[in-house]
Amino acid sequence: MIPEFGHFALILALGLSLALAVLPAIGVVRQETLLMHSASSIAAGLFVFLLLSFFCLLTAFVQDDFSVTYVANNSNSALPIQYKAAAVWGAHEGSFLLWALIMSGWTLAVATFSGGLNLDMKARVLSVMGALSVGFISYLLFASNPFERSLPFYPPDGADLNPLLQDFGLIVHPPMLYMGYVGFAVPFSLAIATLTTGRLDAAWARWSRPWTNAAWAFLTVGITLGSWWAYYELGWGGWWFWDAVENASFMPWLMGTALIHSLAASEKRGVFKSWTVLLAISTFSFSLLGAFLVRSGVLTSVHAFAVDPTRGLFILIFLVLVIGGSLLLYAFKASGIKSQASYQWNSREAMLLVNNLLLVVATAAVLLGTLYPLLYEVLTDGRKISVGPPYFNRVFVPIVTLLFLVMVVAPHSRWKKTSSNLLVRQHWPYLVAAPFVAITITLMMGLALQWIAIGMETLALWILFLLARKWWLSEFRISSASYLGMLASHSGIAMAILGVVVTVYYSEGRDVRMAPGDVVTLSGYEFRLEGVSRVQGPNYVADQAEFHITKSDKEIAVLRPEKRYYSVAQNVMTEADIDPGLFRDLYVALGEPIGDSAWAVRLHVKPFVRWIWFGGLLVALGGFITLLDRRYRRITKTVGKLVAGVPA
Amino acid sequence: MKFGKMKSHRRNRLLLVLFLVATVGGATTFTLLALNENINLFYSPAQINAGEAPINRRIRAGGMVREGSVKRSTSDLGVSFIISDLKNAQVTVEFEGILPDLFREGQGVITLGELNSDGVFIAEEVLAKHDENYMPPEVADVIADAHGEGQYSSGSYEATPEDEMPEMKKVEGI
Repeated sequence: MIPEFGHFALILALGLSLALAVLPAIGVVRQETLLMHSASSIAAGLFVFLLLSFFCLLTAFVQDDFSVTYVANNSNSALPIQYKAAAVWGAHEGSFLLWALIMSGWTLAVATFSGGLNLDMKARVLSVMGALSVGFISYLLFASNPFERSLPFYPPDGADLNPLLQDFGLIVHPPMLYMGYVGFAVPFSLAIATLTTGRLDAAWARWSRPWTNAAWAFLTVGITLGSWWAYYELGWGGWWFWDAVENASFMPWLMGTALIHSLAASEKRGVFKSWTVLLAISTFSFSLLGAFLVRSGVLTSVHAFAVDPTRGLFILIFLVLVIGGSLLLYAFKASGIKSQASYQWNSREAMLLVNNLLLVVATAAVLLGTLYPLLYEVLTDGRKISVGPPYFNRVFVPIVTLLFLVMVVAPHSRWKKTSSNLLVRQHWPYLVAAPFVAITITLMMGLALQWIAIGMETLALWILFLLARKWWLSEFRISSASYLGMLASHSGIAMAILGVVVTVYYSEGRDVRMAPGDVVTLSGYEFRLEGVSRVQGPNYVADQAEFHITKSDKEIAVLRPEKRYYSVAQNVMTEADIDPGLFRDLYVALGEPIGDSAWAVRLHVKPFVRWIWFGGLLVALGGFITLLDRRYRRITKTVGKLVAGVPA
Repeated sequence: MKFGKMKSHRRNRLLLVLFLVATVGGATTFTLLALNENINLFYSPAQINAGEAPINRRIRAGGMVREGSVKRSTSDLGVSFIISDLKNAQVTVEFEGILPDLFREGQGVITLGELNSDGVFIAEEVLAKHDENYMPPEVADVIADAHGEGQYSSGSYEATPEDEMPEMKKVEGI
């Protein structure tokens, strides 16, 4: 019965989302306050029914109801309980239910925290969000229903969750990522709503900012967790692969980053308004495009994902409607938007413009690399190609290096005009200190000097020093949460740059054949294989190796990597073991047995690799900090009253 | 130099546009060059046997790993195996390193590497997918092509490609 309840709740949710899309819109057209007011309660109802539906699916998983096809395909009675719960979003159907649930959560949040947003505007925004929910929920119901039963003949036990997904990462990574993807629907809906009124004022930008920051911060957490998960679970020590799925999450992040900066300029100075609206539309469009690429199977020519043409077609139509419709609206309405402020080439406005330009170019480069195999196949009548990481590295790295250069200067520039004198005075001590520190630390760690690495480290340290100086000069009392958030996020980026550069240039890794008693030395660490034994897990058996790692005759760590055999799904999986550290990770993974008790083994010493993820989390933290800004709570009262061009 | 105001600064506006065109043009050229150098074309065992694949260039090759063809070195991580299209075409692949967890005889794989002048494929990377039910589409095509459409049973293999490709299961990537 419970799956039927879930299905029914989903159908009711579809009805409510239709009501949310239509009723407030009618209210706006006829100026009937009752209909406009109804938006909030419909949004609440929508959320409640989707939550109910979600809990029904969760119950089906926890109770091992294998008559539900989705449960049978993605769970097993021997699966540990936390993974049974997370398996709800372990595959396509359930993860899209989570997506729709999160969408309704954001909708409810907008309805609840819209404070003094005037009634007309609120009704418009919620109506747009309702229309998006209609698309998502009908996709669930008609093309990927998680509640489908396989009665009367259902399997006695489930096919088990893919072992790669039986991990803490599955529990936290997708929800965070979806919070980000779907969160961009808020600035999108606001942009659309604003376009329909034709009033693009500073209040609009100020209202969009906290929502954009929140969505972006969640997406940052999601991507960071994904990278970390890939590193220890399937990456064999890699942390970014330029895989189509990663790119699908990275493109909205890049666009969202551009949007955040552009919104700042629009709010504070009334510039780039029309461009900002376009960015808000594009950011969410990239979220949808990501969903399409991942779920439709169009990229099967390069990457392995679900193959069901109806699903792909459905999302494609939805994508065309949303993107096409909003761009059309933009084309008609945006010409009326005027930005009326002047600024010089060395002003903060100009630097934000360059930031946006570079981020958009970076996104375009990633998009091209991601879609090129598809394009090529179509143009050459079926020739299949893949675009490798070398392309992305060669194109992306120079663009972001330029971006980082701008990032050094921009936070310390002024609106309208920055005196060059001031810039020089501010920067030269740090420009001298940064390479000095970079070289000293490199030498102290006993690493070889590589000039590209030193150059990038200099850039990162330069950014960090200047941000620290800001903080120091304010005597650690920065009253504006927005400003503090910016400092944190930029510091996070600098940390991540340091992590990436040091890891890329100074990691040592080897694939070797090792028998018990063998010793391999890497970066001064001696890895000694003691032996391999059999251990039993809850739903797998594993060969577990024991490595003792010493440096200068001092024992540093004992690592026990495993090769697991999952009996239900008949899968083999490598479970690496890592000795983590702030300045270096020791990483051991077992390959396969290769005769005479010898094993193929992968060993890594990865300096500073953790800085990548600490940096990413700090970036996200900065985004969350900005939400505390008091201005965002006060301003909502003035929305709709301010006119274009009035500085905040 | 101000370029925010339109009327009084047409010339500056023109300069800005030129600057943008130059930047975007430069970036596009650079990107396309990089793209051109880094695409890896896919070749089937039949194409490689027929000499259609270039030598000493990074390409991809894929097929089914022939049963009983995997040979390991006794001293290092070297391994060699044969990929075929389940018919006549076959290519020997040599690889040094750790094979992916789902690498097995009788399964589809895709390899990235270079073909040497002896017709041996020296792989830098061997890909087998995360899901045991999944067959890389390139490999599925290779087999379908080799057997001709609708004549799967004509070869020595009893299984049709459809049989070997149970409904593809999804690995949720994000």
